[in-house]
Amino acid sequence: MKRVEKAAREAGNHLFIPYMMAGDPSFDAAVDIAVQLEESGSHILELGVPYSDPLADGPVIQEAGLRALNEGMTLEKTFSLVRAIRERGVTIPIVLFCYMNPLLRYGVEEGIEEAGKVGADGWLIPDLPYEENDEVRTSCHRHELSLVSLVAPTSNQRIQTIASQAEGFLYCVSSLGVTGVRKNFDERLDEFLEKTEAYSKVPLAVGFGISTNEQVNIIHAKGYGAVVGSAIVREIGNLQESLLDPSSRPQAIRDIKAFVETLIS
Amino acid sequence: MSTSYPDTRGRYGAFGGKYVPETVMAALEELEAGLHEALADPDFMQNYREALQEYAGRRTPLTYADRLTEHVGGARIYLKREDLLHTGAHKINNAIGQALLAIRMGKKKIVAETGAGQHGVATATVAAKYGLECKIYMGAKDMERQRLNVFRMELLGAEVVPAKSGSQTLKDATNEAIRYWVSNVDDTVYLIGSVVGPHPYPLMVREFQRVIGDEAKGQLEDQPDAVVACVGGGSNAMGIFTAFLEDEDVSLYAAEAAGHGIDTDEHAASLAKGDPGVIHGALTYLLQDESGQITEPYSISAGLDYPGIGPEHAHLSDSERVSYEAISDKEALDALVLLTKTEGILPALESAHALALAVKKAKTMTPSDNILLCLSGRGDKDVETVRRELGGKEEQS
Repeated sequence: MKRVEKAAREAGNHLFIPYMMAGDPSFDAAVDIAVQLEESGSHILELGVPYSDPLADGPVIQEAGLRALNEGMTLEKTFSLVRAIRERGVTIPIVLFCYMNPLLRYGVEEGIEEAGKVGADGWLIPDLPYEENDEVRTSCHRHELSLVSLVAPTSNQRIQTIASQAEGFLYCVSSLGVTGVRKNFDERLDEFLEKTEAYSKVPLAVGFGISTNEQVNIIHAKGYGAVVGSAIVREIGNLQESLLDPSSRPQAIRDIKAFVETLIS
Repeated sequence: MSTSYPDTRGRYGAFGGKYVPETVMAALEELEAGLHEALADPDFMQNYREALQEYAGRRTPLTYADRLTEHVGGARIYLKREDLLHTGAHKINNAIGQALLAIRMGKKKIVAETGAGQHGVATATVAAKYGLECKIYMGAKDMERQRLNVFRMELLGAEVVPAKSGSQTLKDATNEAIRYWVSNVDDTVYLIGSVVGPHPYPLMVREFQRVIGDEAKGQLEDQPDAVVACVGGGSNAMGIFTAFLEDEDVSLYAAEAAGHGIDTDEHAASLAKGDPGVIHGALTYLLQDESGQITEPYSISAGLDYPGIGPEHAHLSDSERVSYEAISDKEALDALVLLTKTEGILPALESAHALALAVKKAKTMTPSDNILLCLSGRGDKDVETVRRELGGKEEQS
């Protein structure tokens, strides 16, 4: 069993997967944030690669992407970031959340091979449905990485195909739309998750719009993992100035720790 | 369909496909099924043709540009007059087709993107005509530059939403429209304005624009020796080329925007200077930096100011069926003035790029040769830009 799936299974219904943007607000701060996210009890880390045209993302992650791009972050530098995070002793699996174009530009085979070398464990490519993912999937297998799939409430007849191909964990989109903070879950959520679970060989993790401790607990109580993206990224955005200043960074990292611990308490 | 592309995966050779979030995949499948049913339904096609005729003003004339031809001194130049259509450009052909399809599929709301406002106006127009709720995303910067078109869309009953992400222009408006569609796929269709986006959009827009070439073919006495059009996303070009793709003795030429020159940073020449990648759901040529970030294009013509190009064009370029050449702002302006003075026709700046290329080609041909030019739109919308550009020049001289 590959590392992503193993971590997801071992976490059971406590599975917690935070998302952070590579290079937001800086390379060094991102390393510290990743270290803290593991210490706070995360089981898998989703690391976003900034992109100029992030179709699946809402405003919070778009802005984080812009901050990272302004810092000069690229896919190539994300590989260096993963290496730096590993050098600081982080052992939880890291999944790169990356749009297709930066990977195509780098070279699909080269990029996936490099990800494995620096210590990443998987890829999640939000604009790559299964119809288009042959090359990426083959490369991931060659380098023993997991290709994490997304499934949505609208997937309907597609659920079986997606779930049966799922690797690592299966990322279930909790509501229609882009990533972002929401108050309510789609009313079809339970039905959708049950149907998906019936076909899936790997644990389910629910994401898009999960932002509070209450919501995390609801998802965990249903027996699924929780992915929290925008809520954490927004907190990082609020702490941007303190994170950029090395003297105030330790306090900002403690603030992030408190925020994450509240989320999963 | 007479052309063999796309294949069942929505590919034009290596290009095209569906690179979109899973959330919209089901909607694309529904759209694809709905489109194929509609195209095969004689009643639907009859409604579409009637709307083109009774509402949009088809069929458009084919004008022999005799004084232009005489001035250039070469091949005879014929103008396919899409500029005479309702709302002033070929965009209405596609907007009508997609609106009728939305209705046939039981959808009540449409969302679209617009750059300078031409596709937005065409979409808002058909929304008013057919009683559909309409939301148009437009880059916040474009809204400032094109205030009259914003007002025009609002007058037509559309809600114009500023796209404030990224560079706040057409590509960002497209991202925002797709994001809105992702969140509202149940009751909303995305009415895309060019032969871009994920499958089946490039196919659908081509099928709703191919009337341009199909008509022109019947209007010409002899087969043309060359057909010329401009390309941003490339819908008018696919519209006029499709009827001639299999006629091997017809040369096809397309003008992409060289802006201030393809050796500067300010152009929109996706084929001359771009590399393969994914933009707005399709694999095609696009302008991007070394790390795969999409870069901002430039052209004097807002309709050509797009960092990608339709995937079928990417294939037609690689397979060398169509020859793509870059035309600068200045060449387009000169061509605009030339047509206005010789024929009394003020073309859109987009169409003026095609005209500049047609004039270049005509000079290398003989009076026994015919060139068919797609005059995709009228230039009323560009008068202010042209006045500023030409005024500037006069002050310098």
